[in-house]
Formats: sequence, structure tokens, C-alpha cells
Amino acid sequence: MIVLSALFAGLVFGLGLIVSGMANPAKVLGFLDLAGPWDPSLAFVMAGAIAVGFLAFLIARKMQRSLLGAEMKLPAPGRTDRRLVAGSVLFGMGWGLAGFCPGPGLVALGMGEPKAVVFVLAMLAGMVVFEVLERRRP
Amino acid sequence: MMTLDWNAFTPWPALAGGLLIGFAAAMLVLLNGRIAGISGILGGLLRPVRGDAGWRMAFVIGLLGAPLGYRMFSALPPIQVDADYGLLIAAGLLVGVGTRYGSGCTSGHGVCGLSRLSPRSLVATITFMAAGFAVVFVLRHFLKF
Repeated sequence: MIVLSALFAGLVFGLGLIVSGMANPAKVLGFLDLAGPWDPSLAFVMAGAIAVGFLAFLIARKMQRSLLGAEMKLPAPGRTDRRLVAGSVLFGMGWGLAGFCPGPGLVALGMGEPKAVVFVLAMLAGMVVFEVLERRRP
Repeated sequence: MMTLDWNAFTPWPALAGGLLIGFAAAMLVLLNGRIAGISGILGGLLRPVRGDAGWRMAFVIGLLGAPLGYRMFSALPPIQVDADYGLLIAAGLLVGVGTRYGSGCTSGHGVCGLSRLSPRSLVATITFMAAGFAVVFVLRHFLKF
């Protein structure tokens, strides 16, 4: 059941990215280009998602176990440290270079877009680099 | 002075798609007790823990299969990738390393984190958006890409 619900959640998430236009890097870059003719659509996507998400997490916070009986794995409050900020700077730079973040990259890959294949492979390579560096940490 | 691109601006589909994304995140947390953060879900697959890989794979397959599902109802909207392959490789590496160090991306911090009113996610979201704005400004208006 846990696997089935995750499959369905991934499917709905991907449909949301397609419907919203966010699977299209040109549209994402239209939002990130403040100095050009600006397309605020991405802000509306965030607003819609957060409106529902806010209610869901309000409920989730009070739950001992998930509706399917799984452990609630909500992130513990952590420090806002250099790793968080430096990582987010690198991510934002990569996002701005091509207009792809992880979700839309995978959805565009599912559309058969060859450029998304290259992006996703490079992204996975970047994640492997992180794993290797992490394991070397004393 | 900022100018709005009224031809590109699609408030209603954006809002509708956003609601779907919110429902997906709601489903994953209420049914599975998990955060719908794509980079975290992918990253967890590179560090497999017994019994933890199945739902991650399923979520990724759902994302990959979404275009197929969409096509059952309507033609897929065209997408446009202007970046060349060199730029895409650089972008992918930065997104991969950055999201793992920063513990999240647009979905994990931007949608789920802000929904949870997490201060860390607010800082992350402001930071990656600012970096994105800056890079696009330099590329488009300074280097004239």
C-alpha cells in the first residue's frame, strides 16, 4: 500500500507540474528573468501548492502514525547553517542555467526529451559526488 | 521598471497545477508519513536502506509516468529547452550537488517546507530563488545568451 500510494502521489505531482507549465524550462526561466518581460506563473503554482500543503501539514503534525500506519518522518527543526545556504546557492545557480529543477527534469525525461536525459544524468552524477564526499568526511 | 509578460502569464493553470502538487504532497505525508521532496527521494535511492527504496522508486516512476497519464486525456503541451548540452551538464551537476548539501529543492523546501512554516526552508527558498534570479540576469542581460 505504501508503494502504491507513493506511485499515485508521484503521478499526481507530475501531472501538477505539466498542468502548471512548470515542466517547461522556458516558462520557469520566464519567472526567473525579473529584468525581462516577467511571467509570475511560478508564484501562483507555489501559492496553490502551499495552500493545500499548509492544511495537510497542520493535520500531519498531530498524527502519531500515517493513515497507512507508517512512521511519520517529518524533518526535525535544524540549524540554518552554511551547508544549507551554500547548497541552496549552488542549486539556484544550476536551476537558473537551464530552468530545470529535479521534479520537472524527471517529468521532461518522461516526455522523452533528450535534453532532460542529459540533465537528469548530470544531476544524479552530482548527487553521487555528494555521497562520495560525505563518506569521506571524518 | 518591471514589465509583466501578459502573453506568457497563465494564472489559472498555474494555480490548478499548484493545487495538484499540493494534493500530491498531502497524500504522501498523510498516507506515508513522508515529505514530497524530489531531491531527497532521489538521494535516498543512492544510499539504499532495506525496506526504504520501494516507495521512493514508486514515486519516481509516478513522476516519469505522468506525461503518459496526461496523454490519455489530452495532447502534451510542448516544452522548450534553450540550454545546450554543455550548459545542461553544468546545470545538472550543480542541481545534484546543491540540493543534497542544501537538503532540498523547490519541492522539499519550496512547497513542503514553506507549508510547514520551516525557517530553514524559508532561508533555503529565498537563497535558491535569489541565485536563480542572479544567474538568469547575468546570462540574459549581461552575457546576452
